[in-house]
Amino acid sequence: MGVQRQRLAEGGRIDRGHSLDFTFNGKRYTGYAGDTLASALLANGVMLVGRSFKFHRPRGILSAGAEEPNALVQLGAGARSEPNLRATQVELFDGLEAASVNCWPSVRFDIGAIGDRLSRILPAGFYYKTFMWPARLWPRYESLIRGAAGLGRAPEAADPDRYEKRHVHCDVLVAGGGPAGLAAALAAGRTGARVILADEQNEFGGALLGLRATIKRGRALGWVADAVAELAALDEVRLLKRGMVFGYYDHDYLGVVERVTDHLGPAAEPGTPRQILWKVRAKQVVLATGAHERPLVFADNDRPGVMLASAAQAYVNRYAVKPGERVVFFTAHDGAYQAALDLADAGVRIAAVVDLRPGPEGRLINKVRGRGAEVIGGHAIVAVHGARRVSGVEIMRLDYTANGVLGAPRRIRCDLVCMSGGWNPALHLFSQSRGKPRFDPEQACFVPAESARAVRSAGACNGAFRLADCLAQGFAAGAAAARDAGFGDGEPPAAPKAPEPESAPPRPVWRVPSIGAKARGNKHFVDFQNDVTAADVALAAREGYDSVEHLKRYTTAGMGTDQGKTGNVNALAILAQVTGAEISDVGTTTFRPPYTPVGFGVLAGRCIGKLWEPARLTAIHQWHRANGAVFEDVGQWKRPWYYPREGESMDAAVRRECAAVRTSLGIVDASTLGKIDIQGPDALELLNRVYTNAWDTLEIGRCRYGLMLGEDGMVFDDGVTSRLGKNHYHMTTTTGGAARVFAWLEEWLQTEWPSLKVYLTSVTTQWAVVAVAGPNARRLLAELCRDIDLSRAAFPFMSWREGTVAGIPARVFRVSFSGEVAYEINVQSSHGLALWQALMAAGAKYGVTPYGTEAMHVLRAEKGYIVVGHDTDGSVTPLDLGMGWIVSAKKRDFIGRRSLIRPGIARSDRKQLVGLLTEDPREVLPEGAQIVSEVRPEPPMPMAGHVTSSYWSPALGRSIAMALLQGGLARRGETVTISLAGKNVRAEVTEPRFYDPEGERLRG
Amino acid sequence: MFLIECPWCGPRDESEFDCGGEAHIERPADPAELSDEAWADYLFMRTNPKGRHRERWVHACGCRRWFNIERDTVSHRITAVYRMGRKPPGRR
Repeated sequence: MGVQRQRLAEGGRIDRGHSLDFTFNGKRYTGYAGDTLASALLANGVMLVGRSFKFHRPRGILSAGAEEPNALVQLGAGARSEPNLRATQVELFDGLEAASVNCWPSVRFDIGAIGDRLSRILPAGFYYKTFMWPARLWPRYESLIRGAAGLGRAPEAADPDRYEKRHVHCDVLVAGGGPAGLAAALAAGRTGARVILADEQNEFGGALLGLRATIKRGRALGWVADAVAELAALDEVRLLKRGMVFGYYDHDYLGVVERVTDHLGPAAEPGTPRQILWKVRAKQVVLATGAHERPLVFADNDRPGVMLASAAQAYVNRYAVKPGERVVFFTAHDGAYQAALDLADAGVRIAAVVDLRPGPEGRLINKVRGRGAEVIGGHAIVAVHGARRVSGVEIMRLDYTANGVLGAPRRIRCDLVCMSGGWNPALHLFSQSRGKPRFDPEQACFVPAESARAVRSAGACNGAFRLADCLAQGFAAGAAAARDAGFGDGEPPAAPKAPEPESAPPRPVWRVPSIGAKARGNKHFVDFQNDVTAADVALAAREGYDSVEHLKRYTTAGMGTDQGKTGNVNALAILAQVTGAEISDVGTTTFRPPYTPVGFGVLAGRCIGKLWEPARLTAIHQWHRANGAVFEDVGQWKRPWYYPREGESMDAAVRRECAAVRTSLGIVDASTLGKIDIQGPDALELLNRVYTNAWDTLEIGRCRYGLMLGEDGMVFDDGVTSRLGKNHYHMTTTTGGAARVFAWLEEWLQTEWPSLKVYLTSVTTQWAVVAVAGPNARRLLAELCRDIDLSRAAFPFMSWREGTVAGIPARVFRVSFSGEVAYEINVQSSHGLALWQALMAAGAKYGVTPYGTEAMHVLRAEKGYIVVGHDTDGSVTPLDLGMGWIVSAKKRDFIGRRSLIRPGIARSDRKQLVGLLTEDPREVLPEGAQIVSEVRPEPPMPMAGHVTSSYWSPALGRSIAMALLQGGLARRGETVTISLAGKNVRAEVTEPRFYDPEGERLRG
Repeated sequence: MFLIECPWCGPRDESEFDCGGEAHIERPADPAELSDEAWADYLFMRTNPKGRHRERWVHACGCRRWFNIERDTVSHRITAVYRMGRKPPGRR
């Protein structure tokens, strides 16, 4: 068990009475409630926490927040394991298990670190340069790269946790609960506006949690507590702790992930959602997202023990942890001096403050001097010693004119380097809202300029780094946002006083000079996570990748889990320097959501497994299940595929089902067919416009098959439409096309033909449909139906009658998809099961056999009936199908007609529908198999078409297939070759009609 | 994710709608009269402006009614919503 040797005896926002055990890389440690994993590790003296992505260099904790590039951990084990979490954001809980990512076999000894020795031959763009030739070896390179790439490991088991989503509206969303955010929420909340205040941390206060600041002559955190209490008491204010606003989308729609139980670990109450995705539609948004401290780009700046000054300050003040014993500060501005005072007060020895400015002066600086610390102006760190932990630095005098260093290096012993290059406002959400940032040369940072949406920025994210300004801006933004949402007069409350010493702006030295081998900059890390150095940026610029977006893709700067929160501005500033451009002209890369990684689990929410998509079941579904049906998904429908008997294979079941239909009687649940009720004086006109054939002659009581085309002339859907009355039709569509056809007809009626008097009603689920098919179908129906004359003359093929079947009111359609005499009996859905059972009972003497979609497809293929979407694919015209007979020559117009005479459509060498009979009748071709026009020893071979439907035909006792073949209509009798893996199959081109081509049986 | 003002249902989330592409492309009265080029123009050619664009939307998961919107393709600001058959605002 480790000892918390770096923990301070008092202070901090941790609960020393509540100690927590955890393991890191298998070793046991303790921390306290209120710790993050990072602060607990530092308390135990653990600084080396990971290895870098490319060179596997040892890395330590850099920051204390969301921007952390180095301290990535794999948390937990098994199904709950989560990769690449930032140790600086993981709240400690009892029993936490974490491990470093990207190192093997251990973080102290990592084989991949050989990459560091090779860094001179692994420059930017190295993948692109090295692995592109010879191209045929790319698959091998790729698998090697994939093995070396990536950080943590994804869990292999399904996520056992539950996630929820909430959709909310609000008047004002405030992102960030630091001083500016709290002030904004107060100002808006007091007007009665609906306010949501979301903050990523476990408590409100933002940066104040890590500072020793003063508001209204008291501790700033006292003001925070009062503000939170006031907000909690307001009815219309919702406080979301642990709520990360991760994305700002169009029309002021924002995503917030609330971590509900992550911080509890195993102590979380079962059944509680782990995280909640809040989808917030805000009238007004106030961004108070703070700022990230900017690292300095100097030689060896990635050594474990080099830390951001504000992070060291937060570890001391908030977590009561000394991150080192002897510190050198390296700074470009005054901000680091307050951090130095805080560390000194905590007992950390200040070895020196190395300041990039020539003569740093001022009250703060004098105070630091007063503590006995040496302040060395006009100097720079040129090297850092210590591989797994900083042991000292070398400094030299800066030569400002030559942008170099002078004199002899001086060595200073230390175990901690705190750097501060200034501040980068967190512009992520602002930029996602399509706001434009501008470079502020005075403060040397990008700040929000024009807003594109109902959004305001306040505080540090707006370039206001003084506490009093943060509060004033927060109050003003909150009041104005509430006013614009319709609440209050926009007058901000008076901001409390927050005294701070004056502080001078930074003097940026974007790339700190060095000497010797290090002068090249290939140990000056810009992007720590992706191991991008100042030398890489310069190389990219030399090679022509001198736009900031190209730089990002070429060097990977700004990619990865941290998306360059610490590195991006340094990278583009160095790019500007190298190319001689202004930083404002270089600009930033596009900021994209999410701000920090968001798990797939919470994005999916409850929409997983059975709840992913609704399953549609027919009225007869329970019978199918009880009788052993194997189901097939057709769109959202569950349809019986086949009904195997005990021990029966699918092939055997399908052959049996087909034989029953051909020889006696089959029964199929056809309820899923799309059905549209069409009424109105212009119903006939609508049919004439959307079908290719003419409908004027269709009498009441008769049915007709129709083909619909897209305006491009391609087959869109097909089905049988029946005339129920003078102005009343019943249209059927394919099962999968029902919604599409209905929407399509509505679109034409509403957008192009509003003058047509016709109404459509989807009645798909109002009717249950049972089809009986086979030579005994009429006999069976006659037993159950006394009020319809079923004789051939009175009830011919393609007509319908109304009556009762088994005592149930029914519409009976004499149509057939099997080529046998068949009746589709439509009854109200609630009677579907009763009808089915009556037919099964009465049909027993004919051996009535339920058949599924597979037998249905075999039977229709034997007849050469197409299935839209199976034999067609959106590039097939009726002419290609050999169905020119259904295209009216008399109608002057219908949807798609004009396209049928476009030159490309009228070509005779288009792929056309044919039948295929293999030379070996036992050979059943796979659907999708390619017909080749020339056989070669290996692919590629010139392709002439493909198989669309292929089955064993029980009726013919051989295989049959349908195919789309170039110029196929003129190739009957030819032999073609189908190329399969390992063999070629020859087949004869035929008519796509294999069984009863004259249709005598179905009219019988 | 847009917030779209359905003329019949009021402001609703984009996920309830489908976009039907550019608006005000009328189907030719007599396609048989058209040249192949003119027909292809109707069939395939659409404008793709940077800036103000008029397009058809349908409230697919709501009232199922089609209508037009005018949208800035850069800012996604919706500047007008108007019913089918109406002239876009600002056009004489």
